[in-house]
Amino acid sequence: MDLSAINPLALIASLIVASTPILLAAIGELVVEKTGVLNLGVEGMMIVGAIAGFAVSVNTGNPWLGFLAAMFAGAMLALVFAILTQYFLANQVATGLALTLFGLGLSALMGINYVGKKPPSFPKLDVQFLTDIPIIGQAFLNHDYMVYISILLVAAVWYFLKFTRTGLVLRAVGENHDAAHAIGYNVTFIRVLAILFGGACAGLGGAYLSLISVSSWTEGMTAGAGWIALALVVFASWKPWWIIIGAYLFGGVTVLQLNLQAVGVTIPAVYLSSAPYVVTILVLVIMSGGRSSAPASLGRVFHASH
Amino acid sequence: MSELLKIDGLTKAYPGVVANDDVSFEIAEGEVHALLGENGAGKSTLVKMIYGLVKPDSGQMTLGGAPYHPAEPKAARASGVAMVFQHFSLFDALTVAENITLGMENAPHRRELSERIREVSNAYKLPLDPNRIIGDLSVGERQRVEIIRCLLQNPKLLIMDEPTSVLTPQEVEVLFETLHTLSDEGTAILYISHKLEEIKTLCDHATILRHGQVVGECVPKEQTARKMAEMMVGASLHTPVKKNLHPGEVILNVQGLSLASKNPFGTTLKDINVTVRAGEVLGIGGVAGNGQDELLLALSGETASPRQMVQVNGVDVGDLNPNERRELGLLTAPEERLGHAAAPDMTLTENAMLTGNIRQRLSSNGFLRWNAARGFAKAIIEQFDVRTPSSENTARSLSGGNLQKFVIGREVLQDPTVLVVNQPTWGVDAAAAADIRQALMDLAEGGAAVVIISQDLDELREVSDRLAILNEGQLTKPAETADLSMDDIGLMMGGHMGDGSDNTTQEAAHV
Repeated sequence: MDLSAINPLALIASLIVASTPILLAAIGELVVEKTGVLNLGVEGMMIVGAIAGFAVSVNTGNPWLGFLAAMFAGAMLALVFAILTQYFLANQVATGLALTLFGLGLSALMGINYVGKKPPSFPKLDVQFLTDIPIIGQAFLNHDYMVYISILLVAAVWYFLKFTRTGLVLRAVGENHDAAHAIGYNVTFIRVLAILFGGACAGLGGAYLSLISVSSWTEGMTAGAGWIALALVVFASWKPWWIIIGAYLFGGVTVLQLNLQAVGVTIPAVYLSSAPYVVTILVLVIMSGGRSSAPASLGRVFHASH
Repeated sequence: MSELLKIDGLTKAYPGVVANDDVSFEIAEGEVHALLGENGAGKSTLVKMIYGLVKPDSGQMTLGGAPYHPAEPKAARASGVAMVFQHFSLFDALTVAENITLGMENAPHRRELSERIREVSNAYKLPLDPNRIIGDLSVGERQRVEIIRCLLQNPKLLIMDEPTSVLTPQEVEVLFETLHTLSDEGTAILYISHKLEEIKTLCDHATILRHGQVVGECVPKEQTARKMAEMMVGASLHTPVKKNLHPGEVILNVQGLSLASKNPFGTTLKDINVTVRAGEVLGIGGVAGNGQDELLLALSGETASPRQMVQVNGVDVGDLNPNERRELGLLTAPEERLGHAAAPDMTLTENAMLTGNIRQRLSSNGFLRWNAARGFAKAIIEQFDVRTPSSENTARSLSGGNLQKFVIGREVLQDPTVLVVNQPTWGVDAAAAADIRQALMDLAEGGAAVVIISQDLDELREVSDRLAILNEGQLTKPAETADLSMDDIGLMMGGHMGDGSDNTTQEAAHV
């Protein structure tokens, strides 16, 4: 066993790459849940985004178009969820689960011809003097653009929810949809928009997996990332910045335990593999201090009858 | 005073019911106008049309002479119409300022808004801190938030939907002062209530609705409450009649009941001694929070006591659970209708089953007898005039008065030997209240022992044979109601125990 074989800078760089798909999906789901909707279809939307982005990138040779396509595909799947739950008042839990199963099947079908193909490479932030900064340059400033976009997205969501009137309305809808309706806000419309945004983010996260971090298409490649994103929203107490902490923590421990396994640490592999889940949950539970800040209308069906 | 809002022939029908049928009336500037009517008379639908939440099928409105057709609440607010809701439209997790900004068009910037909230709330003697979270506020303070939200927009017309049903008497006084100030400044107020005494003191004019139609108008100050109640109900209101009673055996016997409350803010019951005979109604009065809830829980079996402290027909039941007590004929109806007496999202049939199962044999060998349960629910609905489309509607969908009739009816029809009810007519309109009181008296006449816990002294004087007062967890010695003057009752409430000891006077003074 040789722990010095683990390079901390490379570790940080790879944890950021490992975390970004979850981060993207989770920040989208956070907005959805802030409006009081629980969409358990994140995994399905992610994997459909993964194959849609992959296919478009391979066919056009342009990874940016791939990401756009992934957002669109995720949003379209979310639209199905939105129509079922917001207009036909279907149960959100059941519909979300169905969406995940549907997404997994659909993506397998779409991806038959893409197994084993290589996506076009994606541009990196490659500014010589930044990358040359010792330590920081290697670990933080030499990533692909999507990493920075994802962090900007979190900042934007935080600012939007905290400082804009529209963000306040969105939170109000999730807090008490009857009151929001009584004051005169269009609860259903606001929720549909949020669901579409959540779908687009999940699609983006999926495409990041297939285009950048794994760089190939395999069936079922999200492997539970969508569920992690869902759990992360809860454990982060619906706070945008905590999502970053949670996602990077999870990604970090995942990468670390893989490294540890590689260098042959004597801890059994099952414990190491479960470490990311245990550590992330523990840290976020301790941070949230037992106070629940769940949107009060989360998961409840809204019907403007009274 | 010039005319502000004119309503002309408004009609709104829902499937199966015409909520408003050709409703017309006018409100002048600065007028306090009461909208009176029983539950389900169409008051709420009417104000929702004025506030733009519901579109009328036909009819016109004019506001200040100009046609007024609000398509949504935003349009209504822009025209100067504001509304304070009965069930507050507030967001618990948000601050006062955030809540207020949500209900405003063109809300000013944060800091400026906080400043204005402080200003306006102090001007109307409704102090509010803009930075507090709604969830931490009392009910009265929450209503202030709603009112300030309206006032910040300088409304010409302020609609208030049963604003006092959740307030303490002191809070009601403050509210009325504010409303008087507003009306002096020229703001018209449309005031919905069925508390007739309030309307008499507050309102200049009243429009009375029944089954969606305007059935009368009056100047409340010139009318008796009884006359207005009769106009609401459309029939002469019968006062429950007391028959000559010949109380029989002692049925309920409470001996030395002392019990600490499970709730840290609750009241401890101290040495309660009382007996109730067959055919008798015992009234228990007192200001809320003096042990009423705890006493009901101790009698219903939700809190157990040493077994000999509560006896029914000579059997010790103190340690029995609610179902075992139901078996013996001790039934109860708690104060909180939704969530305690009835499960909000379950149907009336299911709710009937929940307490009726034991005595009505609504299940056998662990299987539910749905037909029997439905029959039982239908019997309650029919005999207690519960207005609901069917027994398969949820408890939540009923208005307060209708649900209360259902809850009381459900216990009365189980033929109890002892029935204990807490606040049987709270938030119930006059006609329904009279029906409920009559039913309770009929039950006693049929040989049951009835205990009515209430804060409405007029009600207790009307229906009870003997009256006792709960004060800080202690019960005065019951006295014949007929022998008691209002002054006597006042003294009992002030802590005089009726048996000469006045050891609680000082404690009670700060209640």
